[in-house]
Amino acid sequence: MKVRVLVCLKNGVLDPQGQTVRHALHVLGYQQVKDVRQGKVFEIELEGVDKDMAFKLIPEIADKVLANPIIETFSWEILE
Amino acid sequence: MKFGVVVFPGSNCDYDTYYVLKEVLNQPTLFLWHKEPDLKGVDCVILPGGFSYGDYLRSGAIARFSPIMPAIVEFAHKGGLVLGICNGFQILLEAGLLEGAMLRNKNLKFLCQHVWIRVENNQTPFTRKTKKGQILKIPIAHFDGNYYASSETLDKLNRNGQIIFRYCTEDGEINERANVNGSMENIAGITNKAGNVLGMMPHPERASEVLLGSLDGLAIFQSIINS
Repeated sequence: MKVRVLVCLKNGVLDPQGQTVRHALHVLGYQQVKDVRQGKVFEIELEGVDKDMAFKLIPEIADKVLANPIIETFSWEILE
Repeated sequence: MKFGVVVFPGSNCDYDTYYVLKEVLNQPTLFLWHKEPDLKGVDCVILPGGFSYGDYLRSGAIARFSPIMPAIVEFAHKGGLVLGICNGFQILLEAGLLEGAMLRNKNLKFLCQHVWIRVENNQTPFTRKTKKGQILKIPIAHFDGNYYASSETLDKLNRNGQIIFRYCTEDGEINERANVNGSMENIAGITNKAGNVLGMMPHPERASEVLLGSLDGLAIFQSIINS
């Protein structure tokens, strides 16, 4: 099974990298870009895990290691 | 006072810290390898600066799972003195021994420069040899030193006197200009509630000899020795 975990800074936590990307896009003329938040993507391959187990395992991994719950949130999906 | 300096893969201030403790201050000091969960009877554990595990994932995020960390957590819970400098501070935050988190510096630059910090609380084992309000000149060298905490946590830190150092101007003024990395409330160093664990971004080991431009870092190590 392959899953994708997306880690983003929480709303309200300043994201200087996202702001810089937004600024660059504005300079290039993309005024439609209202906001940019930068995050991290993890693609994880699991072995011997069914869907129920994945629903337990992935949030545990994300909360413990992939994201820092003080500043970040995560979401995830099963790819295949 | 027997000191232990923890060595992670990617630590790069371990020898500087060892040198100051052993050669400048003549204290028994040894290295503690991160894979050995044995603190070898030290009285104070120092997590030095550097880039443990290449700062991959987040600064300190991988090091906190090193085999030595449960022993350090237990040592800290029993009241043992733990000092985290720069990357060491980041590891203490990730390990949950200190509250809050580090974000990238507000100007997205790696900052390597002397800064001034003001002692906000000298009633700790790390600051007893300083005066409240004393201004220390100590260098920083980091990319992720922009301290963040929820407003509840900040209230608690303030209430309990856990904010030990704030970035200030040369004259001791706390303002935005002095807040080089964008930290909340100019925070440069905090302790846990019990006061036996300190994390600080500036490097006292780089300000402990005349040749290096400042002796102000010595006060922190001397405080520990006399605690």
